[in-house]
Amino acid sequence: MLGGIYALLGIGLTLIFGIMRVVNFTHGELYAFGAYMMYMLVMLLEVNFFLALVLAVVLGVALGAIIEITLLRKLRSANIDTTMLVMIGAWIALQNTEQLIWTGVAKSIDSPFPAAPLVIGPVSVAWNRVFVFAVALVLIVGTYVLINHTRLGKAMRATFQDRETAALMGIQIGTINTATFALGSGLAAAAGALLGPVFVAYPTMGDLAALKAFAIVILGGLGNVVGATIGGFILAFVEELGAGYISSGYRDAMGFLLIIMVLVFRPTGLFAQKEGVG
Amino acid sequence: MKKALTALWMLFLFSIPLWMENLYVVHVLVITGIFIIAAMSLNLLLGYTGQLSLGHVAFFGIGAYVSALMSLGFSVHVTSDAVVGMEPKPVWLAIPVAVVVAGLCGWFIGKIAFKVRGAYFVIVSISFAEVVRLVAVNWVELTQGPMALNNIPPLTLWLPGLGEHTFWKKPENYWLVLTVAVVSYVVVRRLVLSRAGRAMIALKENEPLATAVGVDVTRYLVLTTVVSAAMAGSAGALYAHYIRIVDPDVFLFFYTVTMVIMVVTGGKGTLAGPIVGGLIFGLLPEILRVFEIKPELQWIFYGVLMVLVLYFLPEGIVPAARKWWHQREHREGRGRSAAATPTGRPGR
Repeated sequence: MLGGIYALLGIGLTLIFGIMRVVNFTHGELYAFGAYMMYMLVMLLEVNFFLALVLAVVLGVALGAIIEITLLRKLRSANIDTTMLVMIGAWIALQNTEQLIWTGVAKSIDSPFPAAPLVIGPVSVAWNRVFVFAVALVLIVGTYVLINHTRLGKAMRATFQDRETAALMGIQIGTINTATFALGSGLAAAAGALLGPVFVAYPTMGDLAALKAFAIVILGGLGNVVGATIGGFILAFVEELGAGYISSGYRDAMGFLLIIMVLVFRPTGLFAQKEGVG
Repeated sequence: MKKALTALWMLFLFSIPLWMENLYVVHVLVITGIFIIAAMSLNLLLGYTGQLSLGHVAFFGIGAYVSALMSLGFSVHVTSDAVVGMEPKPVWLAIPVAVVVAGLCGWFIGKIAFKVRGAYFVIVSISFAEVVRLVAVNWVELTQGPMALNNIPPLTLWLPGLGEHTFWKKPENYWLVLTVAVVSYVVVRRLVLSRAGRAMIALKENEPLATAVGVDVTRYLVLTTVVSAAMAGSAGALYAHYIRIVDPDVFLFFYTVTMVIMVVTGGKGTLAGPIVGGLIFGLLPEILRVFEIKPELQWIFYGVLMVLVLYFLPEGIVPAARKWWHQREHREGRGRSAAATPTGRPGR
C-alpha cells in the first residue's frame, strides 16, 4: 500500500522535474493539502467520503495550476537554482498557512470501511488499505495511459525531449507546463487524500513525503514514470525490511541511504538507459 | 579612510554589551552572530561555487554534538561487551576537535557528493542531513536521542589578566561569538580573494570552461566544502556551549532553510551578504514578536519575502544596494568609475 502512495508521489515529482526542470519543493505541501482537504470535506462539511476524495484531487490540481501560473510562469527562463529557491519560499509559506488554519494538532479522518480486515489465506489486510492500493494503482495506470496514448501526453513527451523544437512544432509550452504541474500536484494531493484517512493529517507531514518522493525520482531516473513506479515500491520494500531487520527507528533513514548509494554508484538512476518520459 | 571606518565599526560592535543594559538584546545578538557564522559558511558554497547545499545544518549539528560529547564524556558499546568511551575533556579542546571533525565530514561528503551536480547534489545534501538527524535521534546511548544532551559546560579559558575564566555570562559570550565571526570573515575573505577563490568563481560561472583551462574542479569543490563545514561546525560548537543543551532538533531542515534565506536575501557571493541577511532574519523575529505576531504568520511572511526578493532583487540586497549607490554617485558626477560592478566578482 505504501508502495502505491510512494509511486504516486514519485510520478508527480518526476513529471514536473522532467518536463519543467523545476525542483518542486511544494510537492510535499500538496500532499498535506490533499489530506487536509479530506479532513475539511469529510469531517467538517460531512461530504460523502468518495466524493470528497475526488474533490480533494480536483482542488489539488487547481492549487497546482495556481502555483504554476503565479510563480513559475515568469521564471521559465530563469536558472534552476532561482526556481528552486522560489519553490522553497513557496513551500515555507504554504506549510505555515496550513499550520495557521488547521493548527499543529494532528487531525484524524473517519473512513467508511469496516474495521474487520480482509482475510485471504494466511494474510489479513485492512479494507481501507486495499482501497488505497487499488485507487493508487488506477491513478498510476491512468497517468501512464495519459502520457503514452493521448495528444496531451505526446506534447508533454515532446517538450521533455526538446523544449525549443517542441515550441517550433506549435506546442504551447506554457499550457504544457501548467498541465504538467497541475497533474503532478493532483497526484500528490491524491496521495495525501488517500493516506490521510489511514493515518492522520498534520502540517509537517509533507516534509518527509517530499524527501521520499525525491528519493524515488532519483531511484527511477528523472522523468521516468515506470521507473518512479518501481522506485516507489522498492523504497517501501526497503523501508519495511530495514525497519524489520535493523531498527524501526532507522526506517526513514533507509530511503536516504538508498539515495546516497544510488547517486554514488548509478547517478542516472537504476533503470535509466536513456532519459525519457514514459 | 576605509580602515578607519572598519575600526570604528568594530569598536561599535565590541562595545555593545558595555552600554546595552537589556541582556535579552545581547542574547538575541549572540544567537544572530552564531547564525551569521553559519550563513557565511553556507555562502562559501552557495555563493562562490554555486552549489546549493541543503544539508548544511548537518555540519552545524555535528559541530554541536561533537563538542558537547567531548566536554561531557561518553561511553558506547561497540559490540555487546566492547566499550569505547572517553572522559570529559576541557571545552577549549572540545571546540577545535569539533571543528576538525565537521571539516572531515565535509571532506567525506564532498568526495561523495561532487560526483553529481545541480538538483542531484541538492538531494544528496538533504539526504545526508536527514540521515545524520535520524542517527542523533536513534543512537540513544551516545546522543541521548530526543532527551537531549544537558548541562554542557560553558567554555573556560585562560585569559591574560583574568586567569582562568568561564564564559557564563551573555556579554562574554557575545565577545566570543563576535571574535569567531570576525575570524571567519577574514578567513572567507582571504580564501575568496586567493587563487582558490578565483577557481571557485570560475567553476560557478562555467564549469566546463574552468576544467578546460586547468582548474581541478573537484579538488576546489572539496576544499571549499571542508572550510565551509569546519566553519559551520565552529558555529555549532559555540551554540552548544552557549545554549548548553543539544537535541536532534539542531538538525532540522528549517535551520538550513533559514541560512539559505539569509544568504540569498543578503546577496550570495558577496562578503557582506550573509551578514546583512543574518542581521535581518536574526532580528526580524524579535521585532515581529513585539507586535505579537503568531510564529506561523511570521514564517509565511519569510516565505513570501524570499519569493519577492528573488523576483525583484535576484542578486540580493547587498549587490542591489551597491548598484544603487554607484548609480547615485554617477548621477551626481562624483564617481569616475561609476559603471555598475560586474556581478559575481568578490566585492567588499
